[in-house]
Amino acid sequence: MKKTLRGNAAKFSRRTFIVGSAAAGGGLALGFNLPSGFDPALAQSADGGAEVNAWVFVKPDDTCVIRIARSEMGQGTITGLAQLVAEELECDWKKVQVERVTPGQNLARKRAWGEMSTGGSRGIRTSHDYVRRGGAAARTMLLQAAADEWKVPVSELTVADGVITHAASARSLSYGKLAAAAAKVEAPDPKTIRLKDPKDWKIAGKPLKRLDTADKLDGSKIFGIDVRLPGMLCAVIKDCPVFGGKVASYDEAKIAGRPGVRKVVKVKDTAVAVVADTWWRAKAALEALPILWDEGANASVSSATIAERMKEGLAAEVTNGDRRNGDALKAIETAAKKVEAVYSTPFLAHATMEPMNATVRVSANKAEAWVPTQNAEASLAALSEASGVPLAQCEVYRTDLGGGFGRRGGTQDFVHKAVAIAKEFPGLPIKLIWSREEDQAHDFYRPMSQCRLAAGLDANGNLVGLHVRICGQSINATLNPAGIVNGKDRRQLQGLWEEPDNAQLGYTVPNLLIEYVMRNTHVPVGPWRGVNTNQNAGKDPLDFRRALMSKHPRHLAVLNAAAEKADWGKPLPPGVHHGIAQFMNQGSTSAAVAEVSVSDRGQVKVHRMVVALDCGYVVNPDQVAAQIEGTVAYGLTATLYGECRVRDGRMVDLNFDSYPIMRLAEMPKVEAVLVPSGDAWGGVGEPSISVVAPAVLNAIHAATGKPVRQLPLKNVKLV
Amino acid sequence: MARLNINGSIRDVEAEPDTPLLWVIREQVGLTGTKYGCGIAQCGACSVHINDEVQRSCSIRVGDVKATDRIVTIEGLSSNGSHPVQKAWAAIDVPQCGYCQSGQIMAAAALLKRTPRPTNQDIDEAMTNICRCGTYQRIRAAVHMAANDTSRT
Ligand code: FES
Ligand code: FES
Repeated sequence: MKKTLRGNAAKFSRRTFIVGSAAAGGGLALGFNLPSGFDPALAQSADGGAEVNAWVFVKPDDTCVIRIARSEMGQGTITGLAQLVAEELECDWKKVQVERVTPGQNLARKRAWGEMSTGGSRGIRTSHDYVRRGGAAARTMLLQAAADEWKVPVSELTVADGVITHAASARSLSYGKLAAAAAKVEAPDPKTIRLKDPKDWKIAGKPLKRLDTADKLDGSKIFGIDVRLPGMLCAVIKDCPVFGGKVASYDEAKIAGRPGVRKVVKVKDTAVAVVADTWWRAKAALEALPILWDEGANASVSSATIAERMKEGLAAEVTNGDRRNGDALKAIETAAKKVEAVYSTPFLAHATMEPMNATVRVSANKAEAWVPTQNAEASLAALSEASGVPLAQCEVYRTDLGGGFGRRGGTQDFVHKAVAIAKEFPGLPIKLIWSREEDQAHDFYRPMSQCRLAAGLDANGNLVGLHVRICGQSINATLNPAGIVNGKDRRQLQGLWEEPDNAQLGYTVPNLLIEYVMRNTHVPVGPWRGVNTNQNAGKDPLDFRRALMSKHPRHLAVLNAAAEKADWGKPLPPGVHHGIAQFMNQGSTSAAVAEVSVSDRGQVKVHRMVVALDCGYVVNPDQVAAQIEGTVAYGLTATLYGECRVRDGRMVDLNFDSYPIMRLAEMPKVEAVLVPSGDAWGGVGEPSISVVAPAVLNAIHAATGKPVRQLPLKNVKLV
Repeated sequence: MARLNINGSIRDVEAEPDTPLLWVIREQVGLTGTKYGCGIAQCGACSVHINDEVQRSCSIRVGDVKATDRIVTIEGLSSNGSHPVQKAWAAIDVPQCGYCQSGQIMAAAALLKRTPRPTNQDIDEAMTNICRCGTYQRIRAAVHMAANDTSRT
């Protein structure tokens, strides 16, 4: 189906939206050959209806189009944000549609939609306030329009399901009839907007069906990998397998005359791409292309050599950040009982189901990208920087993501590479899709790390001193060097902080020393769904934890909720054992109880996971439950199988045969226990992942009597 | 040149015989509901039906497909999303990102055709597609729901 977008700034009123770069370019006329259901243009007054404010566009048939700035990658943010706007708007939920704002549009309107970055579980937790205000302001303007129309005071009006009624004169009007007038009403002073008490919510807080399910059931949803544009060519890329290496040479003549192949492109010294009329032809040609690499200085690095460096770091003199109270070292030294253990975790790839991809078209004075991105504004910046086209002449059309998990956020390496290739084909769209192998070979991995834990217990078994030292690679060093201040990198101790708001350690220990030692490698690292501090310190039962948590009521309440739902302490079937863990990150506290058995042959089976979460407020309980189910699967995959091994300076686990992902048969029964405290708005998509592994490992300890201190379990002999 | 029977229509496509059926379906035929996830028959994102059986199309050469083989992709499972599996998936809100779901739905539909009343163990054995978002619990529930629906109709 052919779609043509038109933009003509002159025709629109002040409030009417001007399509992104049209504002700068003096009009936008693009021919698209995208299947229906994907239209990057925002609804415009020219098409009928009116924009009441940035968040709400109302069509003549009363359809309320709610605009979404955050990226949808399965976590349900589109539905949740729409629920929040609709709640304040008082519209009819059955008539809600959504549309996705582009970063060019956001830029052209001075960031009317705020921040677009979608990571760190912040889709709802950092925008709930202004999106609700957006809905409330639109409602106020619609009410004012009705009052003006009928010449009655607003106070005499009521509104429900998108219909405003003046009972005294038995008149009513629907939003569709009022929108054009409302668009001309002065926006209310933000200070006068009063948001509803969540107790009174009718749309938010309810387990409503997702708005974006239908096209995922019949194949019609267009992911980035599915984008097709007129004249489009496809590209496949291979970067030097050793991080930091370069292309030495390649023999293009060897693939001359292959069907469909247009060009071999060297990408930024480090990579080679083949461009062809179809992706498969490009891929087959790239595989046939002889390439010589200059592998550089890191070609002998392996997981073992990196582990050695980390081990050295555990004993190093200089640290890169700490948190301390009392004198932990002395307390442990003089304690009645001393416990010490070293834990280790490997590099992990994100392995989003949809491999990295981006489609880019660069012409002399315009650059466009169609890309699944967690940070559309970063994509826009990358597009402009890499193409040399000024920001105002760039636009990014977001497709929903086939998984993000932190991979599609700040790095934007996929956009940079696609632009580098597209620049060789001015005016033609180039779709770059990575093979699964390339995706596994060039991720920004969850850092490998080691942790040494020393604890001192008094004669009664009370914890008197705790020393945690974490050694590993710094995410900031790869992605955000400015985040390291005076050699200290606070981010690496997330979840162990003292400050209560985001990622606070939930235990009070009289003498505590937590340290981070930075040991960077040549492997690029980045955020990976959730925070993965391994809290399997606890071979300790529930009561041991409770005693340490009296000053952390929010953590404790969640721990208790999980324990209660899981019938902690009550007998389990023979051979099944309990493990428990709790943690806080992204502003939410979570706790899990795992029921696990270990067979005579050392086979682990996780039967049931009870996961409790306090994310402050629950916008859609069914979707929060879905996210918890998802974190269990993602966390268990990491626990059981997750490992990216480095050999000869490169990643060796390049597909799902050696980087297995948990399957349905292994999925435990997951029970989500939602205990929103109303304290603060916390994240949902990530926090509970952090308690999955420790709860399971603690259950295994209960089952076998032996602690597990190394992940993944596939490498550990349990019996 | 290959002749394919896809979703009931005959398509002549220009492709080298060793091209995976997946990529012919996606690129030459232009049906993008069938997804690429691994290319090595591991993940099931590329699942289609060939003569009513579920197959991983990334690992079938188009040259090995006969013109008489009946290929059905997610787009051809029903004309309007009315297959019992699609309805159950909607009722339970199974998908998260949705990328794996074409394959999951095709696997479930083939299972129910073969075994209209699957046990949990049948589901464990048949539903081996990867879902990175972890929708497995809902997939299981939706297969049971669709089984009840199928047996009624
Ligand atoms: S793409 Fe065919 S099984 Fe993964
Ligand atoms: S729904 Fe995202 S991979 Fe299955």
